[in-house]
Amino acid sequence: MGSTRRLRSAASAVAAFVLLVVLWELAKLVLPDAGVTVGGTRILPRTDDAAMPHVWTVLARLGAPEVAGAAEPRAVGAAIASGALFTLGLALGGLVLGGIAGVLLAVLMQRFAVAEKAVLPYVIASQTVPLIAIAPLVAGWGGKIAIGGWAWEPWASVMVISSYLAFFPISVGMLRGLTSPREADVEMFRSLAAGWWTTLVRLRLPASVPHLVPAVRLAAAAAVVGAIVAEISTGTRGGIGRLIIEYAQSATGDPSQMYAAILGAAVLGLVAAGAVGLLELALRRYRGSVA
Amino acid sequence: MSAPVGGAAAAGGVGAVAGPGRRFRGVSVIVAPVVFGAAVLVVWQLVVTVGGLPAFLLPAPTAIAEQIGAQFPVLLETAAVTGGNALVGLVLGFVLGVLLAILAAGVRVVSDLVTPVVLAASAIPIVALAPVFTTMFGSTTEIPRRLVVMVVVVVPVYVSTARGLRQVRPVHDELMVALAATRRQYTRFVRLPGAIPYVMTGLRLAAPAAVIAAIVAEYFGGLQNGLGSRISAAAANTAYARAWAFVAASIVLGLLFFLAGLLAERLVTRNRPGGAS
Amino acid sequence: MSTERNAETNAAGNAGISAVELQGVDKTFGVVRALAGVDLTVAAGEFVSLIGPSGCGKSTLLRVVADLVEPTAGTVAVAGTSARQARLDQRYGIAFQQAGLLDWRTVAENVELPLQVHGVGRAERRRRAVELLELVGLAEFAGARPAELSGGMQQRVAIARALAPSPGLLLMDEPFGALDEMTRERMQAELLRIAGETGAAVLFVTHSIPEAVVLSDRVVVMSPRPGRITEIVAGRRPPVAGDDLVPDTVEDVRETAAFFEAVTAVREALRKGAATEGHAE
Repeated sequence: MGSTRRLRSAASAVAAFVLLVVLWELAKLVLPDAGVTVGGTRILPRTDDAAMPHVWTVLARLGAPEVAGAAEPRAVGAAIASGALFTLGLALGGLVLGGIAGVLLAVLMQRFAVAEKAVLPYVIASQTVPLIAIAPLVAGWGGKIAIGGWAWEPWASVMVISSYLAFFPISVGMLRGLTSPREADVEMFRSLAAGWWTTLVRLRLPASVPHLVPAVRLAAAAAVVGAIVAEISTGTRGGIGRLIIEYAQSATGDPSQMYAAILGAAVLGLVAAGAVGLLELALRRYRGSVA
Repeated sequence: MSAPVGGAAAAGGVGAVAGPGRRFRGVSVIVAPVVFGAAVLVVWQLVVTVGGLPAFLLPAPTAIAEQIGAQFPVLLETAAVTGGNALVGLVLGFVLGVLLAILAAGVRVVSDLVTPVVLAASAIPIVALAPVFTTMFGSTTEIPRRLVVMVVVVVPVYVSTARGLRQVRPVHDELMVALAATRRQYTRFVRLPGAIPYVMTGLRLAAPAAVIAAIVAEYFGGLQNGLGSRISAAAANTAYARAWAFVAASIVLGLLFFLAGLLAERLVTRNRPGGAS
Repeated sequence: MSTERNAETNAAGNAGISAVELQGVDKTFGVVRALAGVDLTVAAGEFVSLIGPSGCGKSTLLRVVADLVEPTAGTVAVAGTSARQARLDQRYGIAFQQAGLLDWRTVAENVELPLQVHGVGRAERRRRAVELLELVGLAEFAGARPAELSGGMQQRVAIARALAPSPGLLLMDEPFGALDEMTRERMQAELLRIAGETGAAVLFVTHSIPEAVVLSDRVVVMSPRPGRITEIVAGRRPPVAGDDLVPDTVEDVRETAAFFEAVTAVREALRKGAATEGHAE
């Protein structure tokens, strides 16, 4: 039963993406090249090759050299892959940094009621506020400050922004998890004369796993978005975000290279989500504890 | 953030776990964050003015406040552009998300096809689609940014609505069978009204996300008349206090959308429609 | 008014047609025999309880009667027709352990639900809801939301809802299972009064021996693996003599020797059922 259902959902996922490709090509075939404009507003897109390249053109572009006639030609696909890996590394670093900070803050808030009351409203509000807007500002740190002899590199700005975005979902999810044990369980630990630390390690941490996993999933997606946006606004070279902008500016007549890079960014997001999925699998034994 | 709890409701829920006296808690819920916020501002000001923190790292709150005053008309203008884009995208995405979820709940094939796409969309950086829409619709219209917002909004609204439509209590299920209700009656009396809190939760989650998407989409090119482009332009000109002024406006705009979403959720779930004609 | 209408329905019902007739009912879930060869007749206006340990199939049996579960074998007749037809015609009302009210509707709107499903007009629905809420003693809560009501009150609304189409048969699946003991006893008296006033037959699933005895004309004792009827014991349902008298009579019944005898008889029957189960395996 379970395996047929999994097969079905895998098949329907493939079908869904095939359908998207078909819709794209159908739009190119059916709609006028210049799109449809009503009262000066274009309500349907331009569908010529300069706006919506064929799917196969985009894919073929992966194998083409990045810059025609360069001394050491590098395939677009290779550039995108290395850019995506670079960004993935930064996002992962941001996720780890933000995760550690988030967990620590959550433990602090669980331990001290005053800390929770003072800080939590800001944590909640910050989730709903466009924090990513400060990305161009953190970018200004690059090359201007040094910490203990180590000059601040632009990629560090990217990682800071990425960790900033990953931090909030994790701290909120973790706090919810730490406070999730039932009153009866907490009282049981108290009756055993277990201290705060024992209760934390033996009860609250295991109980927080089911809340933490979805938080990490959110945080991972936020870290990837943060890294890409930060690369763009800091002008950090080497990552997929910068690649998208470079390709967009260099190829106005032929956007397929840019589309390939965007595709790479999408794959990057899926890879990050897949990694969280693996983590979830590893922590499966704790899943039953959430009601 | 999954069930119709979260946001401020979650804050209240978590806060209610500890807390000695009811009265003390009632006061400290307001006082503690206000004191904390004021303390942060004072320390920030002192660190910058006394500690000599360079402006590119962090300008002083007073400098930012000054810029807010100086730039006020521009702030309003750009915030209106960004807010307008966020609002149009939010409405479009909300309607699309709810309709898709209702369709998916009724037709299995639709659910099979739409669900994987939406799940994938929740994992990928949707704002990176901004250049695609700009190429397709041209860089002189607001449409690309609105479309980015729409796609960003569809995801939480669809996921939340679909969950609400699935979440029928077994006892209601049995009751409707026992009453020999038709499929349409079942949908009208039980499934749709039962899903409404979830729909509103989706809207509340999506509202601030719409603002964020509208701002970030500007970093990817297209028309440069909103808050996002002002922030990057000011930062590029090393006018950091001015940039922070626009960040502050972004924060206010985001909070406005969040509070509006929260209010809508509260209003609708308080006077829940009877489902009766 | 409603009483008159019900009296008519049940007068017809009393003219020979049983509320429920089960013959050789079998139900298998995969390899589990939930019900094996169940024969049971519930006369019009009769109060019959189903009692037995978990897994004896009493809830399944109730669901077979309600046409929520289809039997693997055997025949089911409800109010002289098939279970399916009886469901389509709303010949029975049903109440579950959870009240299962729709919390976005007012109390009155919840009571109206079965009538609304069957296309009864708004004015008529309103009128009937007022009557039924009076019957269960909740007239002043018509405009309240279910969340504002206590568990016992919610369950009374659920009973009023079950009675909305004036059914000749009431199916109840541990309706008082989630209530505290005091509320529970009060609800039992209420139910006896309502059953007496409407003249409806009741098929009542319960875990509680005293509850089964005090409510029922007959107590059907069941045993598990496979689910079957092992014995039928006479209950001690008090006679109905007008609205106000019933609570007292119920209290009186609980203290009679006959009540304790019946309780003992049911307990013995349950024990015997458990014993034969042990032998069978």
